[in-house]
Amino acid sequence: MDLKLKIWRQKNAAAKGKIVDYDISEVSSDMSFLEMLDVLNKELTEKGDEPVSFDHDCREGICGSCSLQINGRPHGPDGGITTCQLHMRKFKNGDSIVIEPFRAKAFPIVKDLIIDRSAFDRVQHAGAFISVNTSGNTQDANATPINKGNADHAFDAASCIGCGACVAACKNASAMLFVAAKVSQYALLPQGQVEREMRVTNMVSQMDEEGFGACTNTGACEAECPKGISITNIARMNREFIGSNLKS
Amino acid sequence: MNTMIFLSSSIGKKVAMSLSAFFLISFLLLHVAINLLSVVSAEMYNEASHFMGTNPIIQFVMQPILIFGVLFHFTMGFVLEFQNKSARPIKYEMKKEKGNSSWISRNMIYSGLVILAFLGLHFYDFWIPEIKYKYIDLQAPDKHRYFAELVHKFEDPMRVGFYAISFILLMMHLLHGFQSAFQSLGVNNKFTPGIKKMAWAFSVAVPLAFVFIALFHHLKHYIQMLNNHI
Repeated sequence: MDLKLKIWRQKNAAAKGKIVDYDISEVSSDMSFLEMLDVLNKELTEKGDEPVSFDHDCREGICGSCSLQINGRPHGPDGGITTCQLHMRKFKNGDSIVIEPFRAKAFPIVKDLIIDRSAFDRVQHAGAFISVNTSGNTQDANATPINKGNADHAFDAASCIGCGACVAACKNASAMLFVAAKVSQYALLPQGQVEREMRVTNMVSQMDEEGFGACTNTGACEAECPKGISITNIARMNREFIGSNLKS
Repeated sequence: MNTMIFLSSSIGKKVAMSLSAFFLISFLLLHVAINLLSVVSAEMYNEASHFMGTNPIIQFVMQPILIFGVLFHFTMGFVLEFQNKSARPIKYEMKKEKGNSSWISRNMIYSGLVILAFLGLHFYDFWIPEIKYKYIDLQAPDKHRYFAELVHKFEDPMRVGFYAISFILLMMHLLHGFQSAFQSLGVNNKFTPGIKKMAWAFSVAVPLAFVFIALFHHLKHYIQMLNNHI
């Protein structure tokens, strides 16, 4: 199929970016979206032009690196997948595809479609950890009985890959779903109780410091999350935060 | 708890918005109940309005709290809107939001602004004349004036039209805001489907009741005018 691509090009963080049009032909419907971009980059390189920079790593929907805003939606038109799992069969001959980076003050553009998501790392450093005795007498985690419901909810929350689609989809560029998933996965388990109150306070404080917006409960994050993380986690984080502040 | 630190956080602001929203929603219920009396009986409406207008606890305790609640809700709404807008300084070339969220939920600031404009008119129509009557002109309490004042205000079709539009916008604001306030306070559990149904029913019924009252008095006045003409 022949496609018209409209891609955000930006030399570096300080440069002014713009949408640049590219025509690409003979795209196979069996290709993944990233493979289509690989083909475009090959053509650009052969012509002596600068290839389009974009993030990718596992290409299996696990790492969360390949975050692109495709035709106005994070990870493209298909639900429940990352960009690398999107296939060209979802488009038809003659389609025009707008490709942009995820946009948020907290996710500055590094180059073209690559953004700096280290804000997520700093939020995790602020509290997404547990204290474990590493003296050699560490207790087996499975030795602690855990309620099945809590274990399931914690596992669901832990499936967040930190891709940033929640931030990209939210009209406020809020990171609440990401932070709520990380808070929840520990708050629900006995291993996470030691730092429970400190965790939510520090992570929310860091989230605000990074410049993410506040949640207005539109539910866009949940709808666009490739891992289907529920906004019930945001309610849980709100409870954790209120409880932590009332106790302090 | 350090209230200022709590309120400076994004979650703290949302919690404050929710609590002030619940307070305003409870006031709305009281207001519509009293206004509905005007449809049933002028006497009962006058009685209830006189009580609300002269009771010292309502006048000097509840009224200032209400004014603070309104100002707080709007101010916090603007603060959050400003912070949220600044979280994405460069807009998307293309954004498809229809499939992932409702228009109402994404445009709370605009429905809120219309409600704010309506409150300005409402204060100009009722609250300022009331304050002038009681505390500036120091006129003697008149138990029978409230119904006539209400009916007189609804004679103007422009006012009734703006009133109706404002309450439709209030309905939209409530349709998202009421159930959303529970989520902000951390309530999302097995009761949530029931809460959403209750919030939907309230959000539709209460604004429609206000519109009904305005139309009722306007049409009654219109019919009386026609009869007088004949």
